Amino acid sequence: MTTIVIKTIARVLVPFLQLFGFYIIVHGPVSPGGGFQGGVIVGASMILLALSYDLSSAEDRASHKVRIIMDSTGALLFAGIGLLCLLVGGVFLEYGIIPLPMAPAEVRGLMILLVGVAIGIHIMALAASLFLHLAEEHDT
Amino acid sequence: MDHSPILVVITPFVGAYLSPLLGLWRERLCYPVAVAAALLSLFFSFRLAGSVLTSGTIRYWVGGWEPPWGIELVVDPLSAFMCLTISLVSLLAVIYSKNFIEKELPRGKMTSYYTLILLLIGGMLGVVVTGDLFNLFVLTEIFSVAAYALVAISGKRGSFIGSYRYLILASIGTSLILLGTGYLYIITGTLNMADLAVRLPAFYDSWVVFGALAFLLIGFGIKTALFPLHTWLPGAYSIAPAPVTAIFSAVVSKVGGYSLIRVLFTIFGLEFITDLVPVAPALTWVAAATILVASMFAISQTSLMRMLAYSSVAHIGYVVLGVALAVEMGMTGGILHIFNHALATGCLFFCAGAVIYKTGIRHIDDLRGLGGKIPLTMAAFTLAAASKVGIPPSAGFVSKFYLSLGALEAGEWIFVIVILLASLMSAVFYLRVINLIFFGGDKHEVRRDELPLSMLFPIIILALGCAVFGIFVGIPLQLVEPAVMVLSEL
Repeated sequence: MTTIVIKTIARVLVPFLQLFGFYIIVHGPVSPGGGFQGGVIVGASMILLALSYDLSSAEDRASHKVRIIMDSTGALLFAGIGLLCLLVGGVFLEYGIIPLPMAPAEVRGLMILLVGVAIGIHIMALAASLFLHLAEEHDT
Repeated sequence: MDHSPILVVITPFVGAYLSPLLGLWRERLCYPVAVAAALLSLFFSFRLAGSVLTSGTIRYWVGGWEPPWGIELVVDPLSAFMCLTISLVSLLAVIYSKNFIEKELPRGKMTSYYTLILLLIGGMLGVVVTGDLFNLFVLTEIFSVAAYALVAISGKRGSFIGSYRYLILASIGTSLILLGTGYLYIITGTLNMADLAVRLPAFYDSWVVFGALAFLLIGFGIKTALFPLHTWLPGAYSIAPAPVTAIFSAVVSKVGGYSLIRVLFTIFGLEFITDLVPVAPALTWVAAATILVASMFAISQTSLMRMLAYSSVAHIGYVVLGVALAVEMGMTGGILHIFNHALATGCLFFCAGAVIYKTGIRHIDDLRGLGGKIPLTMAAFTLAAASKVGIPPSAGFVSKFYLSLGALEAGEWIFVIVILLASLMSAVFYLRVINLIFFGGDKHEVRRDELPLSMLFPIIILALGCAVFGIFVGIPLQLVEPAVMVLSEL
């Protein structure tokens, strides 16, 4: 039974949860955390919305289609960054070799950030899907 | 630098994540994506096999990190051999899927089907190229999860309970594998297989190592479906769509067997498993029991799919028997049988699927007279069945012959009797089916009508393979012999 108390708290909490999730994702290269952990937090905020309000208010913000697109895009971005390293002559996921006008350590940091963001996009869609997909209506 | 070790794994995964995106737009596009990804994997597998043959074992450091810190991909002759088998059968199964899936699956499932099947392929290829024990566990989990979903995908009666039973048993298996991996990590502090092999001898008297070995044996034993851990298999195989069953029987359970070989020979080493802890001799008896019990069950089946499922359990037994004999001839026969059985069983399940596609028949007694209706398919069925029984000069005969020689070389003549007896038993149930198909009279209303080309092509290729590789044995042996050398030297 959702009450006004639960709804109000959830409404206040969700933006902060998502902001915290994004913080964890982008701070992956320098502090504990990263794409997976941050993605799970953002995904969990959608689950909180579905639990405290109803399924449709979560579906409005993250529909089935959007989640599939985010899920695939994140995974493909990750693979793409890995394959980019092959193109410039390194091995898979050898970030340091990518020729950018920066010190190799900085290139590594930047690429870890990008990989983290890719994983984050993938995982936030996935974590939300784990709950929402089970709750959705299905034809079969 | 040759990037084939990573590309062979990445290609199916990229395909798996492309197809949902394209599927949102046009569902029909998933099929060409899946075929292209499987074709590319086969291409990279051939390149791998080529470079392994010319320059020996390939070691690829992912991310440029040196092992044991980074993840290492190791492609030795056995891995290359498995890669080729997996990607060949998978490509044919994906090609076969087109018409079958359109007819047998509910609408809107096509995208998920092709995504899952590519995940399954990518996971299996990952297992055979990785040189890291934990990586092996993760990839085992990836292809297993895809497999659970594929069993249930048709949504038909019994598919969920079959999938659930498979899920529970196989999850127990993967949990035990994780525990075993953890034990090895606790005691040695490393997960790299080559590094483990170097560090383990210092702990050979430790109970932790025995525990790890026991967990890994039972875990991979469930994945391989060794008796008495095979109970999940017939249910799952008879429910899944035919192309998926073909992949399951031809390669998924073999990948479990491959992991078993890796753990026993590469990590623990030949000396440990034969002399210190007699695991290999014990496994030969388990394998012999698997062969006999599964053949016995196969005789009593009335459903064609279930009969083929039990028969494939028996053939996994041959593979494990050969390898566990731990003599050169036996291991050659066991590893060769992975390939030869994959050809035969893939073809048989494709044919069983073709019968379901054309007529909806699942029971053996209803097969009467189908030989006149879909003659090419049924001829292929006969050829593949001959290979499974081991009638010369089929491919199955060659590997069974090597297995028997291996049993004699090891001085275990009792296993020769087991192989002969099981071959006779399989002759009983395959000849019964063939007899019904061609000489059982004709009671069907269907017109004489062959299959669509996309289904006929894989069947013909595999059936021809069963005949060709019985005569040109030298082709697969080029990889099998170095694989045996590498395994027995460790």
